[in-house]
Amino acid sequence: MSASFTLTDTFVRITTSMLPRHCFLFILLAFLLFGCSQQKETMSYDDPGKPAYGDMIVMASIGEASNLIPLLSADSASHEIAGQIYNGLVKYDKDLNIVGSLAESWEISKDNLSITFRLKRGVKWHDGKPFTAHDVMYTYKVTIDPKTPTAYAADFQLVKKAEVLDDYTFRATYDKPFAPALISWATAIMPRHLLEGKDITASPLNRKPVGTGPFVFKEWIPGDRVVLTANADYFEGRPYIGRYMMRIIPDSATMFLELKRYGIDMMGLAPLQFLKQTEYPRFKQEYNKYKYLAFNYTYLGFNLKHGLFKDRRVRQAISYAIGRKEIIDGILLGLGEEATGPFTPNMWAYNGNVKRYPYSKEKALALLREAGYEKGTDGMLKRNGSPFEFTLLVNQGNTVRIQCAELIQRRLSEVGITVKIRVLEWASLINEFIDKRNFDAVILGWSINPEPDPYDIWHSSKQGPKELNFISFENKEVDELIVKARHTFDRAERKRYYGRFQEIIAEEAPYVFLFYPYATVAIHKRFKGIEPAAAGLMHNFIKWYVPENQRRYRANAALSP
Amino acid sequence: MLRYLLKRLFFMVPMLFGITLISFLVIHLVPGEPGALDTDMNPKVTKQVRERIRAFYGLDKPLHVQYWMWLKRIVKFDFGVSFAPDRRPVINKIKERLPVTILINLLSMALIFLVGIPIGIYCARYKDSILDKALTSFVFAGYAAPTFWIALLLMMFFGVYLELLPISGIKSFNFSELSFFDKTIDVAKHLILPVCISGFGGLAGISRYMKNSLLEVLRQEYITTAYAKGLPEGMVLKKHALRNALLPVITILGLSIPGLIGGSVIFESIFSIPGMGQLFYMSVMARDYPTIMGILVIGAFLTLLGNLIADISYALADPRIRIG
Repeated sequence: MSASFTLTDTFVRITTSMLPRHCFLFILLAFLLFGCSQQKETMSYDDPGKPAYGDMIVMASIGEASNLIPLLSADSASHEIAGQIYNGLVKYDKDLNIVGSLAESWEISKDNLSITFRLKRGVKWHDGKPFTAHDVMYTYKVTIDPKTPTAYAADFQLVKKAEVLDDYTFRATYDKPFAPALISWATAIMPRHLLEGKDITASPLNRKPVGTGPFVFKEWIPGDRVVLTANADYFEGRPYIGRYMMRIIPDSATMFLELKRYGIDMMGLAPLQFLKQTEYPRFKQEYNKYKYLAFNYTYLGFNLKHGLFKDRRVRQAISYAIGRKEIIDGILLGLGEEATGPFTPNMWAYNGNVKRYPYSKEKALALLREAGYEKGTDGMLKRNGSPFEFTLLVNQGNTVRIQCAELIQRRLSEVGITVKIRVLEWASLINEFIDKRNFDAVILGWSINPEPDPYDIWHSSKQGPKELNFISFENKEVDELIVKARHTFDRAERKRYYGRFQEIIAEEAPYVFLFYPYATVAIHKRFKGIEPAAAGLMHNFIKWYVPENQRRYRANAALSP
Repeated sequence: MLRYLLKRLFFMVPMLFGITLISFLVIHLVPGEPGALDTDMNPKVTKQVRERIRAFYGLDKPLHVQYWMWLKRIVKFDFGVSFAPDRRPVINKIKERLPVTILINLLSMALIFLVGIPIGIYCARYKDSILDKALTSFVFAGYAAPTFWIALLLMMFFGVYLELLPISGIKSFNFSELSFFDKTIDVAKHLILPVCISGFGGLAGISRYMKNSLLEVLRQEYITTAYAKGLPEGMVLKKHALRNALLPVITILGLSIPGLIGGSVIFESIFSIPGMGQLFYMSVMARDYPTIMGILVIGAFLTLLGNLIADISYALADPRIRIG
């Protein structure tokens, strides 16, 4: 304070000596200026304090949740909220091991064909009714019911027989051993007593869900917010945070401004926001920033039916000619890792010991020469007189991918390949080009599940319309490995199959694997107990707490009349 | 007059029909399918599942059949059920969001008239003065600058830097604990920026109309007469010129309704206001056809109604025009 006074004094003295007649005005102006820059009382959040019940966490979502019965919705907002309300039989722990949630334990039969779940006793639905194996049965039945418009029936359709042995024992039997079976029971279990015999799509639970999870649904103001309150009887212990609010903010720039103004407590940040736009003292005083490897990768996929890309040497040459490091440093500003294959390094199935393609113009040119391409007089590659050129598709609105395309275009032009970039709206990219196999190459990304089964993307049988092996990848050995791994429960054996699978993919280079991005998140500092782990941040959400002296919202804030 | 009204209302029917037909075709031409089918690139969704969902929504039928089914429902004022996974009746979704959109549009319309008309009058009276030029540049800047950009700048200044106004939403978190008076203040504070932004863009039209119309009138002989008989300037402007000059401005009232409704889509998304514009934006993104059609029908109806009201009030205000 004293420092600013002397400053004002000098300022006034100088100005008065210069302009005596206007001195009053200048004094006023000086006071106004200093008045504005005066800092508000800021709290310190460095004290870890003691865990206490209370306060509220405010999240934000670009889109509004569509339906809080997760079976019926496909959007991330719905699943994020529903994840706090419902439980599955099993879940991933922080190190991505499968552990029990509603299931106390489970047994896999000797022939690997059936799983018997022993359920936790004493678990209650939010309306007080007890949870039993009949609820699990109902969830299974409604999921495979052809009348239910769900996107998640596939895994349960493999179940040959489902039976309730007693109130707390449930068994699912399969035709063939199916390795991803266990984690498919992480599906949210629905309350039978509220839904059975009714049309699930018209159920009031769509907007007022009743689950067994750590948070109880409180209210939903359409277009504005969804509010949940802590479930005091939660079977894993009452969450410390008293309320959970999800605000709907459709514009990402607005969302970032709300974060800067403390209107929301947690938000995923873009690289530039993470590294530059939040690097000022006040923000750092109020927020912690976290980064961790996300479960996805970005790649350049070739249409293997296209004449240019049938030759493996060409695909490998392009892999060499693209600098992954410069993409990560220049576009992601360092917030990512070089990708080596279809699994991320934080997965148990990951094999990093595969053929890699460090940037090398010479190797690229050598491979292309081997494949019969010669540089013409204009410096561009030609084979039998026809130039090497192709169109690279990328979806609109994804700046990172568009910038990648530009960098790739430049690097490939250095080896003599002409790349045309075409930016398309998402729906038309998928429906008009990818689904109709009407493309040369495309930049896309895959979100992956910690359960690695790559069947849908890499098996040669998955080339039908709308199916995901849209690059038409066919490899006998890969097919065999995928199927074998799928029907094996032993993790070490599966890891061997997947290890070989990754080696072949790296050698064949049907994709140029570009990068694994980091997820970057800012969370307000008053929340303690956050433990970043392989599973991300939210795995111990019920253990997050706000010490009493740092609490921001009173108990009943956030509720509308 | 009554006959005219009935005739106009009758002609609104084929017009609405045409609007719905074109809208229906256009939204179905856009690639992509409804939100429930937003399952592109999801490994867990098999082909059979996708077909099942398509059949569930009636999307497996030819387009003209789909339109006919929609039309049969709409004539009974049944807007259908949303394709969004919430499966709620479209009319409920629109009903809960319409009031805030109408409120903001009425407020910004009032703002446009209260600010735009005086600007127009001033610019006509003091034509080519410095302030005239400054005001003209100001309103054109508002017309030309993209809404979302100005909105973000103002949000940054008043929200983040000065911490005076809320950035987004329509109610504070602790809304329920406030007294009635504080609730009004709270909503008013939330509305200041959106109303100013949506009004700012409309100033140019109305003030230019006002200016030109007044200039036109001021050139008339009866104004010269009024001056000649020694009436004070204020009296000439107010009693003789302004009354006549205001007439064409009424037309703008009707014409500005579609613009305002369209504008709602943008600023409601930026300010996260749970209004019809935001619903429209999200429905388009999710290809929720029944909701899109519902909003378009209501929007078209409001526009046609606005035009009708403008025509009628024009007739009522101007003795030279007689209807019926």
